[in-house]
Amino acid sequence: MKSIIVDDEAAARAITKQLCKKIEALTVAEEFENAIDAIKYLNNNTVDLIFLDIHMPTFSGFDFIQTLKNPPLIILTTSDRNFALDAFEYDCVVDYLVKPITPERFAKAVDRIKDRSVANKIEEPLQPNDEDTATVGNDLYVNIDRRLVKINVPDICLIEAKGDYIKIKAEDKNYVVHSTLKKIEEKLPTHLFLKVHRSYIINTTKIVDIEDNSVLIKQDVIPVSRANRKELMKRLNLL
Amino acid sequence: MQLDTPNLSYIKELADGDADFEASLIAILKKELPKEKEAFMESVQQKNYQNSAAHVHKIKHKISILGLEKSYDFAIAFEEELKNGDPKRYDTFLSILQNMEKFLTTI
Repeated sequence: MKSIIVDDEAAARAITKQLCKKIEALTVAEEFENAIDAIKYLNNNTVDLIFLDIHMPTFSGFDFIQTLKNPPLIILTTSDRNFALDAFEYDCVVDYLVKPITPERFAKAVDRIKDRSVANKIEEPLQPNDEDTATVGNDLYVNIDRRLVKINVPDICLIEAKGDYIKIKAEDKNYVVHSTLKKIEEKLPTHLFLKVHRSYIINTTKIVDIEDNSVLIKQDVIPVSRANRKELMKRLNLL
Repeated sequence: MQLDTPNLSYIKELADGDADFEASLIAILKKELPKEKEAFMESVQQKNYQNSAAHVHKIKHKISILGLEKSYDFAIAFEEELKNGDPKRYDTFLSILQNMEKFLTTI
């Protein structure tokens, strides 16, 4: 398994490299002290795994993940426990290691990669027409890290465009999918969903309240563009 | 605050007998820590406490590498204080850094 290390701290890179040395199946191809250099490297090289520090100046680990079109598996390394929830919003993130990393904890993280690799091989045949999303009945299947993950459509609260990705916020979980708002809009039932802004599609049944040019969906305030406000108001059962 | 004593337990655990690794990691600490300390002090002088907090965040890892559990807990709290614009415990943090530097000169 070919890996790279991205961390602005030399001591942290040395430790991660040493921990990798103890895992026979793991090789460290390169190490980078900033995300930009790592992106340049990944433009011309493929890797199976990235050890990525979250807290880096200018370009954070999360910013870095969002630039990757087909991210490999990622193990986050950080001195901060507070980002754990954010970390697992990314399907490519396999584990979250808090520094100082012990050899035992590191070995566990690598085991998780092995488990993930096996799971991917089993799921690989499920690729409907190479699309990023597909609907079957009430379910939407999204392609996340070569796996088709089922989402119950009525549970979706909103969808946000994020560069080359869309973030699907459902009742219990969020999903980041490599797709466009236009593509997913075509898969969603029009009686439930409405595009209210160039970056947002909302489930109109999840609206809590509406104020001037925004709607509240659960705890998210979503902007409504002037052009879409009329259509939104038409959908509502106004007194 | 009573300062705890640095030790090499974690480094030795990682090295697992690899003397080259042990030496190279200690060399990195000796090189990086003074620079990080200087950058931290400068940011506090400039009252750029968000930046100071980022420096403490980075140094925090080195505190843990040297097995300083109490100092590590202090650094976690101090990082938050700096994020809230409060540098009051600057001197205590500086004494932790000096404690580490002194230890590194002995090995």
